Amino acid sequence: MRLRDIAHARAGDKGDISNISVIAFDPANFPYLERLVTEDRVRAILGPLIRGGIERHALPGLGALNFVLHGALGGGVTRSLALDAHGKCLGPALLDMELPDR
Amino acid sequence: MRTLRLGAGAGFSGDRIDTAAELAENGALDYLVFECLAERTIAIAQQARRTDPTAGYDPLLKARMEAILPIRAKKGFRIVTNMGAANPLAAAETVAEVARSLGLQGLRVATVTGDDVLAEVLQGEHRVIETGALLAETSGTILSANAYLGAAPIVAALETGADVVITGRAADPALFLAPLIHTFGWAMDDWTRLGRGTLVGHLLECAGQITGGYFADPGHKDVPDLARLGMPIGVVSENGEVVITKTQGSGGLVTPATCKEQLLYEIHDPARYLQPDVVADFSGVRVETEGPDRVRLSGAGGAPRTGKLKVSVGLVEGCVGEGQISYAGPGAVARGRLALEILRERMDLLSIPCSEVRGDLIGLDSVLGTPRPAWEDPFEVRVRFAARTNSLEDARRVAREVDALYLNGPAGGGGVVHGAREVIGILSVLIPEDRVHPQVHIREA
Repeated sequence: MRLRDIAHARAGDKGDISNISVIAFDPANFPYLERLVTEDRVRAILGPLIRGGIERHALPGLGALNFVLHGALGGGVTRSLALDAHGKCLGPALLDMELPDR
Repeated sequence: MRTLRLGAGAGFSGDRIDTAAELAENGALDYLVFECLAERTIAIAQQARRTDPTAGYDPLLKARMEAILPIRAKKGFRIVTNMGAANPLAAAETVAEVARSLGLQGLRVATVTGDDVLAEVLQGEHRVIETGALLAETSGTILSANAYLGAAPIVAALETGADVVITGRAADPALFLAPLIHTFGWAMDDWTRLGRGTLVGHLLECAGQITGGYFADPGHKDVPDLARLGMPIGVVSENGEVVITKTQGSGGLVTPATCKEQLLYEIHDPARYLQPDVVADFSGVRVETEGPDRVRLSGAGGAPRTGKLKVSVGLVEGCVGEGQISYAGPGAVARGRLALEILRERMDLLSIPCSEVRGDLIGLDSVLGTPRPAWEDPFEVRVRFAARTNSLEDARRVAREVDALYLNGPAGGGGVVHGAREVIGILSVLIPEDRVHPQVHIREA
């Protein structure tokens, strides 16, 4: 299954840092997300972009994870040569992640 | 229990005006807030002001006021906006002119100034947050430096009885927090309530992004009637809890999912959201459906503010030249790759000095930089080439090389667009809050 089947995501930007929230449609799936949607799996999809570290914040009350990706926006929204300098596309892009069945 | 109704009529400078007017008309609002400043808007506006001293505020200010002030005259809500950008006093003059032209004499307009800290930042040592280097040792011509003001000067402006409050740079949530402090008499060290009010501002500041905008994904997350997307209303209690909703009959939707996406938008550590007035804590927020298009958020907290204000410094950082061209049919991707190889070689042959070059195949790798394995062979592809240069003339030479692919590049290239621009970069520094001196000015239409 793909992450898109059980979660939605939104990307935001501040300088050269992108954050992507990954939110379970059904909060009951949060423990599964927490176990499987790791920093390593995020790096496996977005890795070519990310020059710095990845932090993950867990929000069990919201059934959500928040990923903070350092050095992910080509030097920053205002100077990146990328077409999508804000990295707005990265949220849906992350939902392409393949997950093992439970 | 007493509640206050805050509406968000814009989440960025280019936002829709007709849906803001719909909210103004039908929202039963106490306050209507327009948040219109992105990171580098002020630096660009400052350049405009240098060539014309009456310019430098939001280009849609006049159009927004023409649409909203007549409704305000009937409904009586107050307006708070950062559309002053680099020239809030000139913006106030424009609002007063629009009011007079509509026969709305007596409109009171308060302006908050003092966010411009360029003189302060040009002296002394300031370390750049993003790079760790000293600002004075950073390359690029500094254009502007604006501190993110907190709610206090906006509260002071509201206390003058102003109908409209115009600011330059202020923290986005502060535009919403200020009416709450003003109305409910919250203390400036009531960290819990300031944290909750910051949550209200954070949820509303991007307007339609909480009512179903930036959300639809057909088949997975369907949103009705996005062409008439309703702008949001926050119904806030004295204790700082909020119900997010929108006007009946408007497009879009308000659900726990739309609220959670906006709650985490542009947030790093949810337990420490740094603001001028408070360090807000969103980590324990609860989200509950209260009815159709009504979602309650409670449980935010706060801790004492840091005493430092973030300053956005705008700099000229060279130029970019770029262009695009399309290829289609069998072999489209190979022809696109060939086009990029040709362009790279042309940069060398013509000795165009580029400090950075980027080639994209739109449809294949322009977002992630490498193709995803399952998407290798699209029927069409659009090539995009961009290069960073020191001069605008070199940037134009880059752009012309993309144009020249028409006659000199791979088979079947079409639809070239190209251009060159100056790059305004933004860096951040922190300064102690006592080095910033906001002022409130009043004028009447």
